[in-house]
Amino acid sequence: MSEAREFKHIGQRTIRPDGYDKVTGRANFGADLSLPGMIWGKIHRSPHAHAKILSIDTSKAEAHPDVLAVVTASDFPAIQSETIAVGEGSEDLFDLTRNLLAADKVLYHGHAVAALAARSERAAAEALSLIEVQYEVLPPVLDLRAAMADDAPVLHQDMFTEGYDKKPEKPSNVATRLEAKIGDIEAGFAAADVIVEREFYTPTAHQGYIEPHACTVRYDENGQSMIWCSTQGHFDVRARTAKILDMDQTSLKVIASEIGGGFGGKTTVYLEPVALLLSKKSGCPVKMVMQRTEVFIATGPTSAAKLWVKVGAKKDGKITAMQGRLAYEAGAFKGSPMMPGVMTMFAPYDVANVCVEGFDVVVNKPKVAAYRAPGAPQAEFAAEMLVSELADQLAMDPLELRLKNAAREGTQTLYGPKLKSVGLVACLEAVKNSPHYQAPLGTPQSGKVRGRALASGFWFNMGGQSSVVINMNPDGTGTIVEGSPDIGGSRASMQMMAAEAMELPISRLKPIIADTDNVPFSATTGGSRTTYATGMAVVEAAQKVVQQLKERAAALWNLTPEQVEYADGVVHAKQGDDQLSVREICQAAEKTGGQISGQANINARGAGPGFAVHVCDLEVDTDTGKVDVIRYTASQDAGKAIHPGYVEGQLQGGAVQGIGWALNEEYIFDDQGVMENSGFLDYRIPLASDLPMIDTLVVEVPNTFHPYGVRGVGETSIIPPLAAVGYAVSKAIGAPITTLPCSPPRVLKLIQDKA
Amino acid sequence: MSKTHVTTSINASLHEFLCEPGDTLLDVLRNELQLTGTKEGCGTGDCGACSVTLNGRLVCACLVLAVEVEGMEVGTIEGIGQSDSLDVIQEKFLEHAALQCGICTPGLIVSTKALLDENPDPTEAEARYYLAGNLCRCTGYDKIIRAVMDAAATLGGAKEGV
Amino acid sequence: MAKVIFSSELQKLTGEKHTNVTATVYRDIIEQLVERYELLDRDKLLQMAVAIDGVIIHAPLLEVVQDASEVHLLFRISGG
Repeated sequence: MSEAREFKHIGQRTIRPDGYDKVTGRANFGADLSLPGMIWGKIHRSPHAHAKILSIDTSKAEAHPDVLAVVTASDFPAIQSETIAVGEGSEDLFDLTRNLLAADKVLYHGHAVAALAARSERAAAEALSLIEVQYEVLPPVLDLRAAMADDAPVLHQDMFTEGYDKKPEKPSNVATRLEAKIGDIEAGFAAADVIVEREFYTPTAHQGYIEPHACTVRYDENGQSMIWCSTQGHFDVRARTAKILDMDQTSLKVIASEIGGGFGGKTTVYLEPVALLLSKKSGCPVKMVMQRTEVFIATGPTSAAKLWVKVGAKKDGKITAMQGRLAYEAGAFKGSPMMPGVMTMFAPYDVANVCVEGFDVVVNKPKVAAYRAPGAPQAEFAAEMLVSELADQLAMDPLELRLKNAAREGTQTLYGPKLKSVGLVACLEAVKNSPHYQAPLGTPQSGKVRGRALASGFWFNMGGQSSVVINMNPDGTGTIVEGSPDIGGSRASMQMMAAEAMELPISRLKPIIADTDNVPFSATTGGSRTTYATGMAVVEAAQKVVQQLKERAAALWNLTPEQVEYADGVVHAKQGDDQLSVREICQAAEKTGGQISGQANINARGAGPGFAVHVCDLEVDTDTGKVDVIRYTASQDAGKAIHPGYVEGQLQGGAVQGIGWALNEEYIFDDQGVMENSGFLDYRIPLASDLPMIDTLVVEVPNTFHPYGVRGVGETSIIPPLAAVGYAVSKAIGAPITTLPCSPPRVLKLIQDKA
Repeated sequence: MSKTHVTTSINASLHEFLCEPGDTLLDVLRNELQLTGTKEGCGTGDCGACSVTLNGRLVCACLVLAVEVEGMEVGTIEGIGQSDSLDVIQEKFLEHAALQCGICTPGLIVSTKALLDENPDPTEAEARYYLAGNLCRCTGYDKIIRAVMDAAATLGGAKEGV
Repeated sequence: MAKVIFSSELQKLTGEKHTNVTATVYRDIIEQLVERYELLDRDKLLQMAVAIDGVIIHAPLLEVVQDASEVHLLFRISGG
């Protein structure tokens, strides 16, 4: 294992192999491909949050001289309700199809109703108004309280809550109820000296990737259809599109463009099947690019959630019971990340008695999509807020309280197994010893107050299917062919891991993301799985190349492979002076059996859980309620940081997304369910001027399942900021925060109510 | 609708194009001239992914009508750095791992160049406020600001101490 | 004998917290569970992930199970 192991490449800060293209503007993203004869597709969207579709009249649009195709839901082949497991997740295919183009009802403001393609982008946009839809407007269901009320309007007449012992008699907006428990929750609270309890609320928030969804497609009746798109998983786009359009997967090639951010939001399809239908109808290649407003109203977001939590502890701080009740908005169709919320809520704690109940609830908002550790930030926010409150009630240091109860190797989790070696205690110790935590909070200027808080976070991390082929070229260079779209610099880590395993300079190895025709199946980039699982495949493929290099050299010397050794790009005979470089072996490969390549198709297990601890100092302006983060430190267990710069980047980026969620970001709807802030001016993600530097403490507790000790790092970092910021605001203003975001009006009102 | 003929300089070379009155400079750069290094993130001037310079002044190409650039000098990402040698700003972005997905990077590099042309010696706060119009969702800005300050120092400006 | 531990949701169907199964491959565990507890649904079980001795496996059908293994059936989680 990797302790005390010397690495040549791993741990260095190399220049990413795709870097040149990215800083010169040459890298091609989703909207950057144009094809000869290409036309432009646009989507007609519902102005209502909840309505029956009485009729759709496309005749005027079809008569427009520049319009070449119009499609509605009736153009899809008939689809049955079916859960498809693609990538790591699963989705009901019927719901997915209804989300692509509404059939009988529209279920949110912005729900796609029809699409058309025209000769120019402008003509397509103008022709949209020629599509005439008649609606019977229904009362919208806009939040959890309204959706779960007894007399609530029901979105889906065929939805009966699952998870009760008996099937309910009436349809409901609650899709699923789930309960998980260990130990005896009543006994746990009975044993407690102190009990704290509170209800929290987090808003609908968007992943906020800067690149809108985009694709260019070409339908081909002879089995050569093509989709170029911005996606976290092109095999997943192929599977869903082929299924929806009743095509063979082999007749559809999906090329993953460079991807301008995803954070989970680009793990499903919104445009691609519709664009391919338009291409089929028109006979032309079709390009579709979403406007920013469309991205907000019709893609993404993550669930708003109502989170009740109760924690009991002994006077000495030993926690005896933790209980939660969580309701997550799924949006228009079932499938919120309530379940991972239930499972992760108290995961940073080693507590014998735990019980969490969860509800998956449909409302008239866009269907939620995965967002960085889906479901965990909301649930863990509530838990961490209350643990900090418990520390204050017990007059204990919040870090010591967490250390006393920290999950560690052997801890029984709520979700099933006992934990193996994990890094929570190491993260807590790192923060405890950090310059930040040791420094006093400092005194603010008049008119301002300060607060400090910390919070932990847990995420599972995923493994899953990855395929890699390393093709050696006759000049001794190699191409690493992988199928995991690179969102954050993963090609750099693949190159480094291959170079490490093959003992070659990184400049000799070029990683590429191949299309669905040119590399075996690989699951979606998501679940913090890529450096872990695809990295394992890279190492395995590299080891196979090394083995072949030895065999080929041995054959030239009339030796067996056991009689040779490989080191630093050279095969040596164990006895005698014979040696051949990789370049020489590859040059001679023609004579020893053809060119050399190594392949690994794996289904990686054993992804190590990721723990993080963040600490936040902030300042609140008591006249305006505006909050400024003034110092921030993020600690996380990376197992092993392959490229420390990009690992730190994941910690910093996740921290700032969480800060945005805690301070500013929320969907604002009017009383008819129309989103009022569907642009970056009003849905305010953090700016450079909002923030200090984000200090990082990368802890390395190796994951023994990975050849170099890697754990996923992408997702955990978004979890702690919600409570680290939220509780720091509570401390600063001396009033409990229960609702995010801590936007100026909300914080000011708390300050004024207290006065 | 009749099209308007526009003559302009883009990255110091002469370009002519036809456009409709409603076309933005961004539309023309990306769709007519195939200069796709300038990105579109919002179309409303909020994200800075389409940052370009117009007679040396930093603007969002999505907020400029194409007909307005007649006789002007347009600077885009394609004009920064040579094919065999990157600009210091580009090098520093790579060295500091100041990009993850890279969609905001061209705009940020154009903006950083405009910053350092105007103010070769920025403080961290000045850099953060100058670049506040360029949204990045991946990095949390830490490494971007470090790259900018290092570029300024390398070019002979910037005060010590990021 | 491998020890299969049921989540609180599965306990509603099995009426037991855990059971012992003699099996060398995960598929055989599923067959025995379906036989033993009539409320359990084979297809649904096969869609679940599993943790065998603490290692989470998403597609465990042919996974080898040791004699003293602890087996937890889990809901599949997807990431972002």
